[in-house]
Amino acid sequence: MTRLDRIRAALEEALAPESLDVQDDSHRHIGHAGSRPGGETHYLARVVSARFAGLSRVQRQRLVNAALAAEFAEGLHAFSMELKAPGEA
Amino acid sequence: MSENPALAQIEEIVKGNDVVLFMKGVKTMPQCGFSAKVAQILQYLGVEFKDVNVLQSNEMRQGIKDYADWPTIPQLYVKGEFVGGADIVTEMTLSGELDQLLEAKGVAYDKARAEEIRAHNKAAS
Repeated sequence: MTRLDRIRAALEEALAPESLDVQDDSHRHIGHAGSRPGGETHYLARVVSARFAGLSRVQRQRLVNAALAAEFAEGLHAFSMELKAPGEA
Repeated sequence: MSENPALAQIEEIVKGNDVVLFMKGVKTMPQCGFSAKVAQILQYLGVEFKDVNVLQSNEMRQGIKDYADWPTIPQLYVKGEFVGGADIVTEMTLSGELDQLLEAKGVAYDKARAEEIRAHNKAAS
């Protein structure tokens, strides 16, 4: 199971998203700080979830960060996110 | 929470400066694209801010993550309040929320420059 698979599974479980698009962006950061030979360091995600409704940007990212705490503890370096509640542009 | 001595230092910096960016590298020479992005936005907007290089020590690098309970860097603070990292600052710049925040907190910035960023972003997308 790749980290990408684990991230998807963790976000599915924590957020029950309407839509979830996660990409491993590590190849674009080769040679940058935090990059590692095996990759799996940089990701970007677009998530639409009803759990985000009524939450601030910081609160939304905290939900994601909490779901990914185990990954951050093990070398996940950067996680860019675009987090929307259903109906938001 | 640990006995990390950097936490007291961070608290002092956050409380003692109107705008603080904890980043990798310094504003004149960022060492990470995400840190560079936020530093560039603030500089373009003419916002005066203190830059703190978290790479100066392991204590600082870990301390700032514990301080805000936020696992990534950069981190922007305005008047003692955690605003967010690169995604959030970028989104707030494009939505105009950053303008509102700076105005509400009484932090000087160049509104024309902010409009310029938004106009440019609209044209590019």
